[in-house]
Amino acid sequence: MPSFITKQQKVNPATVTGWGVDADPRNDPTYPYRDRAGDEERAMTWDRPSLQEPRVEVLRSIEHNRLPAVFGTSVPPRGLSGSIRRIAFGYSESDWRHWLMLLAADRINMVEGVLGDLLQGRIPNLPAEMGLRAEWKHNKTGLVRKAAVLAAASALALMLLSRRKRYRR
Amino acid sequence: MPRMEHPRDAIVRVTRSCICGSDLHLYRGLVPDTRIGTTFGHEFCGIVEEVGPGVEKLKRGDHVLVPFNIACGQCHFCKQGLFGNCHEVNPEATAVGGIYGYSHTAGGYEGGQAEYVRVPFADVSPTLIPDWMDPDDAVMLTDVVPTGYQAAEMGGIQKGDTVVVFGAGPVGIMAARCAWLFGAGRVIVIDHIHYRLEFAQRYCPAEVFDFREIEDMAVFIKKQTDSLGADVCIDAVGADAAGSALHSLFGKRLKLEAGSAIALHWAINSAKKGGIVSIVGVYGPTGNVVPIGNVLNKGITIRANQTSVKRLLPRLFEHVRAGHINPKALITHRMGLEEVPDGYHMFSAKLDGCIKPVLYPNGGR
Ligand SMILES: NC(=O)c1ccc[n+]([C@@H]2O[C@H](COP(=O)([O-])OP(=O)(O)OC[C@H]3O[C@@H](n4cnc5c(N)ncnc54)[C@H](O)[C@@H]3O)[C@@H](O)[C@H]2O)c1
Ligand SMILES: [Zn+2]
Ligand SMILES: [Zn+2]
Repeated sequence: MPSFITKQQKVNPATVTGWGVDADPRNDPTYPYRDRAGDEERAMTWDRPSLQEPRVEVLRSIEHNRLPAVFGTSVPPRGLSGSIRRIAFGYSESDWRHWLMLLAADRINMVEGVLGDLLQGRIPNLPAEMGLRAEWKHNKTGLVRKAAVLAAASALALMLLSRRKRYRR
Repeated sequence: MPRMEHPRDAIVRVTRSCICGSDLHLYRGLVPDTRIGTTFGHEFCGIVEEVGPGVEKLKRGDHVLVPFNIACGQCHFCKQGLFGNCHEVNPEATAVGGIYGYSHTAGGYEGGQAEYVRVPFADVSPTLIPDWMDPDDAVMLTDVVPTGYQAAEMGGIQKGDTVVVFGAGPVGIMAARCAWLFGAGRVIVIDHIHYRLEFAQRYCPAEVFDFREIEDMAVFIKKQTDSLGADVCIDAVGADAAGSALHSLFGKRLKLEAGSAIALHWAINSAKKGGIVSIVGVYGPTGNVVPIGNVLNKGITIRANQTSVKRLLPRLFEHVRAGHINPKALITHRMGLEEVPDGYHMFSAKLDGCIKPVLYPNGGR
């Protein structure tokens, strides 16, 4: 494997296209906040855009005092995961419980997704969905290694299981 | 076909749509409230198919690039140029703006890895692709180029500064490229994927190092900088960082922190006293273990944000036109929409020299 540490790699800035064209000594860490002194009420209020009509259930952060003007309508909360999400939205974004419940709901939602597929007679094509074709094309050795490890692990597990059975007898 | 939900909506027929490092955080389950059945994709351009009665600047047939942030253009934050922090576009969270195809934590919008997308506030952020611009360049201007540029900009780089960029993904590569535009004196890029380091070495150009060859990052950067530390460190890695068994166990496997923050840890500890750490790598909302005590003791300024794409577009158009930035050079894979699972796998597992994969729904037209 090539080593980068031992290689001499210094770049001369003078040879770089566009060097320094955006250099600005005034670029200080508070940029890009504008001076708001001249704005009415320091711009804390604004003319709101017209409001989107909610036609699906939209969960709202309790840190908002009102529904924002527009929002996404994909996948409204449903099922067990949906109920957990509704409870999660009782807590603020600053509360761990909010996020932990949502993460738990995501995992449950995955199971709901697979079950839903099966109920509709669709068998999820996991190898294709996980991009196994690309793996086969560009990382054959990796794939073969993974398969070998999996086979060895299963063999070991089978062996241990059968040993345990024998003990019991 | 998506529905119009608001008078200022448009429906866009997608012609190009990228897979991004941010999608990998979704793909690996690090972003809460990612519901089964939502479409991903926040970097796309396309043809305007339908406009609502409130849309004035766009018309049917226009080829537009669509910045990844949805923004109203009127609220407190949009008025500040913070288009990535709009207050009128995300009911589910106040800490995040609205992003296409980026979970309900970013507003629950359908994404652009699709044939058609609903685009709210269509005449605020979406921008006509000029005749002279290749749509392959345009799609890179929806996120990657502005994000790299803003990463460098937030670094407050002064002429001659040493800038260290963690991550040689598309974003890190672009950040390193842009660091020169701000007058950097030295640009160093850190990663462990060799083909990416080699690409960065040529493209940015930059000095590049494999972190697996480095025993202690802070010591190494200090050695490179007369023992003072780097003026500016950029975190272009985010929550999926490799390089620390401990962080990977706690953050990525057990999910006790919001992914692994080792790149940020390195950035803080490698920066000089009074230096600036610019974060564009994305982290989850639950919190991470980082050496905040050192931030205080060293007087480090941390600057971070979702990129305000619209704010930066005019300047970036000039840079593309002047040849200062060549966005499409980052595209390594072009594929049809149906190949999306392979695209994700290739990008995620870093196979076949993959830097940026782009999907071409509707045959790219
Ligand atoms: N702030 C924004 O608006 C914004 C926009 C786009 C992307 N992002 C974020 O930027 C980050 C990078 O995006 P990308 O598309 O380049 O992703 P990517 O996954 O292609 O690149 C990340 C790179 O970091 C490398 N890496 C992993 N651990 C590292 C470590 N400890 N030190 C140095 N390098 C390490 C990986 O090998 C990889 O090459 C992601 O977190 C993404 O979510 C933020
Ligand atoms: Zn992106
Ligand atoms: Zn706004």
